[in-house]
Amino acid sequence: MSDNRFYDSPIEEVAPGNTFLDSNELVLNMGPQHPSTHGVLRVILKLDGEKVNGIECVIGYLHRGIEKVAEHRTWAQFGPFVDRLDYTAAVSNSLGYCLAVEKLLGVEVPKRAQYLRVILTELCRLASHQVWLGTHVLDIGAVTPLFYAFRDREDILNVFEKYCGARLTTHAFRIGGCRWDAYAGFAEQVLHICDDLGPKIDEYRDLITGNRIWLQRTKNVGVISAEDCIAYGITGPVLRGSGVEWDLRKKQPYSSYEDFDFDIPIGTAGDTFDRYVVRVEEMHQSIRIIRQATEGLMEGPIIAKVPKVIKPPVGEVYVSIEAPKGELGFFLVSNGSAMPYRVRVRPPSFINLQALEKMAKGSLVADVVAIIGTLDIVLGEVDR
Amino acid sequence: MPEVPDGNPPNPVPAQAATTPAAAPAAAPKPVPQPWDCELVQQLKNSYGSGIHDAATFAGQNYLVVDRAVCHDVLLYLYQQLGYTSLTDLTAVHYPKDELPFEMVWILFSMAANERVRVKARFADEESAPTVTDRWVGANWMEREVYDMFGIRFTGHPDLRRILMPDEWTGHPLRKDYDPHKQDEVWVRKNLGIESGQ
Amino acid sequence: MIQSILQYLHSDVTPGVAGNLFWVVVYVLLVFAGISVGVIFMNWFERKIMAHMQVRMGPMRVGPHGLLQPIADALKLIIKEDLMPANADKIVFWFAPVCVVMTAFCGFIVVPFGPTHAITDMNIGVLFMLGVSSLGVLGVIMAGWASNSHYPLMGSLRSGAQMVSYEIAMSMTVVSAVMMTSMATGTGTLSMIGIVQAQLQQHTWFAFSFFPVGLTALGVFSIAMVAETNRAPFDLPEAESELVAGFLTEYSGFRWSLFFLAEYAGMIAVSSIATTLWLGGWLRPFPNLLGGKNWDTAFSLVPGITFVALAALCLFYFTRMPSIRAMRADARGLAAFGGVLGVIGIVMLLPGVRVRVQDIYWFTLKVGFFMYLYIWYRTTFPRYRFDQLMKIGWKVLLPISIGVVIMTALIGVRQELLALVWR
Repeated sequence: MSDNRFYDSPIEEVAPGNTFLDSNELVLNMGPQHPSTHGVLRVILKLDGEKVNGIECVIGYLHRGIEKVAEHRTWAQFGPFVDRLDYTAAVSNSLGYCLAVEKLLGVEVPKRAQYLRVILTELCRLASHQVWLGTHVLDIGAVTPLFYAFRDREDILNVFEKYCGARLTTHAFRIGGCRWDAYAGFAEQVLHICDDLGPKIDEYRDLITGNRIWLQRTKNVGVISAEDCIAYGITGPVLRGSGVEWDLRKKQPYSSYEDFDFDIPIGTAGDTFDRYVVRVEEMHQSIRIIRQATEGLMEGPIIAKVPKVIKPPVGEVYVSIEAPKGELGFFLVSNGSAMPYRVRVRPPSFINLQALEKMAKGSLVADVVAIIGTLDIVLGEVDR
Repeated sequence: MPEVPDGNPPNPVPAQAATTPAAAPAAAPKPVPQPWDCELVQQLKNSYGSGIHDAATFAGQNYLVVDRAVCHDVLLYLYQQLGYTSLTDLTAVHYPKDELPFEMVWILFSMAANERVRVKARFADEESAPTVTDRWVGANWMEREVYDMFGIRFTGHPDLRRILMPDEWTGHPLRKDYDPHKQDEVWVRKNLGIESGQ
Repeated sequence: MIQSILQYLHSDVTPGVAGNLFWVVVYVLLVFAGISVGVIFMNWFERKIMAHMQVRMGPMRVGPHGLLQPIADALKLIIKEDLMPANADKIVFWFAPVCVVMTAFCGFIVVPFGPTHAITDMNIGVLFMLGVSSLGVLGVIMAGWASNSHYPLMGSLRSGAQMVSYEIAMSMTVVSAVMMTSMATGTGTLSMIGIVQAQLQQHTWFAFSFFPVGLTALGVFSIAMVAETNRAPFDLPEAESELVAGFLTEYSGFRWSLFFLAEYAGMIAVSSIATTLWLGGWLRPFPNLLGGKNWDTAFSLVPGITFVALAALCLFYFTRMPSIRAMRADARGLAAFGGVLGVIGIVMLLPGVRVRVQDIYWFTLKVGFFMYLYIWYRTTFPRYRFDQLMKIGWKVLLPISIGVVIMTALIGVRQELLALVWR
């Protein structure tokens, strides 16, 4: 055994000293640097020819100790850290954290702020799904939709930049509401995006959905049943792709989602294709929500009265939202001081990634990449 | 070189006060724990008696504080009899000054009833907690993370090893006695070839 | 010797057939230079077309509109460090790219750019080309073997299996095209020049003969040739985002560029086969229907007009270039390039030149069409998984190509069959 045991995988104890020609099984290491896995994910495959016999994920390459950092920052100072979890959907994370602290404080956010939050969060869901679409399709081999998706995502990032100055890690919301009001021209720009993006999403559909190569690569690939999803604790589009009608925006509405009329797309077969269709349809529904929220944006204050130094009462809350990746939850423990006692992030990507073994076992090597893409993981969230 | 903190909290940034002229909605009263009594709690108390130390509601969220001897049974009971089929989260909190310093928290969820319940149990240092991977497969990685971060072992876990930290790391980072700037110098020197803290 | 050189100029056969060594060497050098220029142009063309399909610009910096990019890439690759894995089989490692390049270029010996514009015209031309392109598989497998690492070996075996599978479907459709040469005269030919002349005699490109048989054959060949050359959507063995990086993993620098030279040359080679067999080779559109001196003259003006139009486009873009100092070199380069194209165009309009050039022009245009299709496929389609790829080769294309052969045979003997039936 070499000194550098850190880089040796536990699975190699299974076939010590054999060359690949001796045994039928090949141990293949994928990552952590890889053009395909979304971030620093290491996947160790045991292959029998093309078939995957076993799969093991090694994570932790992006572990930054965010939960530990939270114990040494004040409640408001921790806001920017939360963006860095799922960095493709920073606004969503911010919403989850702010809602959790507001519940702990017992603060009610003004209606205008809630609507603004919904608009920005749904825009962020669109942006996150576009990143997913581009990279997932690129992994399967189609190089063009990536550029279309990122081109259209630019419009949304421009809105974020005008709103809060940052494109990706936005720190958009504050505890109690929003820091900035909608800028002049916000409604027009957002409605313009809604009008433009609908036909463009249909463009992606024409390029990908009907393509028979796409269908062959994604149908019956990475199938997971509804029961398995619930047993693994999987949430989000993966759960909905397996046929379970579950969306926290409808079932446990937060931040005025109950005011809006939208549908929840459900899949049937639980395969990659159904999850793809669910996410694309979710983009359409997000556009609906944004349009309703923008047209219904009323006047009013944008932030509630919150003390200068936030000191919530002693207690714990668990608040979760429907982030683009799944159920993002914040479990906050307060001991009455200005800094959190414990912040636990319930990361949807971490919990969804556990199902990789179940979904990929028995499939072919080329499908593993497709399945990682369809789980839509972001390593910032997996590792925190 | 990063500054070594002197133990005082950094200057808190003042939270934004209300900025608009219109009156912000009056602050709702701060939540306090209320006792929670309902059929579910009655059933549990009937089955486990003194094992259920407390049942309360805080900020509209129900939680149960149970004894560590019965916590596994309570979780199974909630799963089988009362329909809480989903394990949303599994984590721990460290209270170093308490007699039983580690508090395990399980957050269960019932899709049918659209209800969440938190189950908490206290454990001593060096004590093992029961695993729930026999019921919820998804608890596997969550328990590994709790072991990695807090050092709580789980009896019956199929594959208990570190998940986020390197395999040979010593120390459990999320414990309160683990300084935020601390690193395992031996591991860093051996594997990265540099001195810790560079 | 001068006599033999001059004597050839009056002959109407290829130099190989005429036995004229000097002109054979000249033609070999011309073809080699031409294909190399073609490969360089393909590199630029592919990057530009893919970029424009992906809503971006492609290379713009190196030379005006990126025209010097391929040259910069070639220079970079040549001066890179030449790595060889420590445990690699040195001779085989060295020989693999050489083998692939040699087989890719050798096929061009029989490719006819005009009725006499070929290096030679073997009477088994088509068979020779198919045989030589099959040898490319050997080079691929050697590359994977010599790297002494299991990932390239797996990749090269997969690539080799893919190439071999699709060759069969390709060859069956080629058989059908060869059978079509015997439709009118009763005697067929494997000679490449003969096949084009048969199309001229039968007044139709074979792609459009006995619709839909010819078109199906062309379709099957088009798909099989994409798989043969390991291009998208059949490029799993060399895909970056899959696990096994393919047989090219251990190759870097000049050796890698040899592989890609061979890939593009192979693409041009199979496109040349497709053009010759089904699209009428060097024939201009409608040589019989729109025959006669006036039509001949009109069509022979097209090459010159194309180049003049390209020159006009260059000059148009030159006027739109920003007139800042930093772009001066680029602007002048573009104007110069446009000027060169214009001069070439005007030269091509001269009566003496345009008669000789027009065959090459039409041939190149048709091959260019297939090149564009290659790039279009690469930009649009996702990748096939390996088992799906093999399934298509064996279970879809092969039966269709066998069916095409049978249909062609039946059509060939239709007179006899009808006589039998209506007896």
